[in-house]
Amino acid sequence: MLTLGIDSGSTTTKAVLFDGKEIVQTQILPTSANPKESITHLYHLLYNDDVAYTVSTGYGRSLLDQADKQITEITCHARGAAFLNPDIRAVIDIGGQDCKAILLDNGLNVVDFIMNDKCAAGTGRFIEVMMRILEEDIKNIDLFVQGHHPVNITSMCTVFAESEIVSLLAKGVDKGDIALGIINSICRRTSFFAQKLHLSGDIFFSGGLAQFEIFRSSLEEYLKIPIYTSPLSQYAGAIGAAVIGYNKVNR
Amino acid sequence: MEIKKELPEIFEEFGDMRKKSFMQAYELKQKNIPFIGTFCTYFPQEIAMAMGACVVGLCSTSDETIPEAEKDLPRNLCPLIKSSYGFAKTDKCPYFYFSDLIVGETTCDGKKKMYEYLGEFKSVYTMELPNTQSPIALELWKKEVIKLKEKLESQFETTITEEEVRKQVKIMNKVRRALKEFYSLAKSEPVPMLGQDLFKILYGSTYKFNKESLSEEIHALAQKIREEYQENPNKYPKAPRILMTGCPIGGASEKCITAIENNGGHVVCFENCSGAKACDREVDENNPDIYAAIAERYLSIGCSVMTPNSNRLELLDRLIDEYKVDAVVEITLQACHTYNVESLSIKRFVNEKKGLPYMAVETDYSTADIGQLNTRMAAFIEML
Repeated sequence: MLTLGIDSGSTTTKAVLFDGKEIVQTQILPTSANPKESITHLYHLLYNDDVAYTVSTGYGRSLLDQADKQITEITCHARGAAFLNPDIRAVIDIGGQDCKAILLDNGLNVVDFIMNDKCAAGTGRFIEVMMRILEEDIKNIDLFVQGHHPVNITSMCTVFAESEIVSLLAKGVDKGDIALGIINSICRRTSFFAQKLHLSGDIFFSGGLAQFEIFRSSLEEYLKIPIYTSPLSQYAGAIGAAVIGYNKVNR
Repeated sequence: MEIKKELPEIFEEFGDMRKKSFMQAYELKQKNIPFIGTFCTYFPQEIAMAMGACVVGLCSTSDETIPEAEKDLPRNLCPLIKSSYGFAKTDKCPYFYFSDLIVGETTCDGKKKMYEYLGEFKSVYTMELPNTQSPIALELWKKEVIKLKEKLESQFETTITEEEVRKQVKIMNKVRRALKEFYSLAKSEPVPMLGQDLFKILYGSTYKFNKESLSEEIHALAQKIREEYQENPNKYPKAPRILMTGCPIGGASEKCITAIENNGGHVVCFENCSGAKACDREVDENNPDIYAAIAERYLSIGCSVMTPNSNRLELLDRLIDEYKVDAVVEITLQACHTYNVESLSIKRFVNEKKGLPYMAVETDYSTADIGQLNTRMAAFIEML
């Protein structure tokens, strides 16, 4: 028996199959301008006769007609993170269009959470826009900023930060220094935001940016709390959905 | 009094009361009945009612007039203040148009500064509301209540007698009791009505100008709900019980109530301005000094403009127990400094003293955050 978890995010749609012990398959696709098509397409890619239950999550969670249940990304990220690392007590997720911090209790249940408001600042989109101006692929970011010295980026707004970067480039500031400045800016902001929850235990870092070491280490530096990721960090929401689905079937 | 209409119809009728009463206000104006426009629950209604005036809450709950307001006011100001100023400026709210006098109070910084501009093109009178609830503050507020009486007497060339004030106090106390009787029905589990319907009555009733018949009408409505509930107590399934607190809600911000109730929760109690905050306390009818009694009742309102604001905690403490709530959701309007700052102490109180989950949501009158609101409320309810 398998369960399917699908996370329809603003930038990417992720799906995993879970057999009760392990994640047996993963798949990721960019979310198109027609998110219903993306989530349905991914569903058909992974669905097979062994799938007993499907849970959808993410901002497009209501778009999958085949889902047995919809659960918010807060609950799913928490469950997915706890599955990937049961020792953690908090989750920081930097998604494409929002950023959230989730506090867990000893039973790994959500006890509190916060989400950022209505703004691209502090989200994956912010980094994406800035990297486009620097004409660098975000995939190479760890290498790109290695050995660089961060410049101070002060604008909180994506649009203003963009013009700040344009003027830095005009002054001839090194692109790697700017990129590291951007990373520091987003991690500093995220850490202030997350500290509202009075985090203490180990933190799991999920979302697309978690695959880059520089974001993890920078966040850790600001928060002064150990931060863990996993090669499956980006799938945390989908994994949580599949795990919750599995528990539903077995109840 | 017996109600013939069905409940959904009554809820809708009250929900539309703001618009429905436009015509009635027009008719009353034709009969030379003065209208006093107000913004806030601190306004001592009985004084104006004692000269036969109608008291009406001015429109301030839609984003439609905000662009006009932003020509004069800063953008990062609370939407309620901008909306009301915009309604006044554009005359889109008939109640502004009908108001012979608008009375504001020195409540929050944004409002009291806005009244200065409003006074340039409307007839505005501002009462000096103290920021504390100390004995000295009460003395000042009593003087302000009497000053308001004198202002009304001179502007409208009339005399406001103590006898008439006492009569209006009794009428308003009856309204408060009736509304309290009505919203207390939501103490039952499962709930006899949705929070969004309950709110429609609370909000709509402020636009009923005949306060004497209003209390009877609300009482009859409560009776009807009680009877239907006895016949069918399981109309609504059991669900997490939410208490709503924070800034005034109504109109555009009712999206927060729907977001809770569309995602598996029930709002069973409103501590906000149109809810318990406005109805919980009565004016002491037996006080030999009726102006002191009025001053005392109104100054006790636990709004975040007060420092410290222990009455809000006292009321929350009681409501949380009485309504057996599972969690507290605070709605703050963007740039409402006093409620936004106070939200930390409310969170501490709810988490630590009451051992319950608490969530604060900052919103405005736009529809831009409805998706996020739904996710937040759904996640919060999943957590319970």
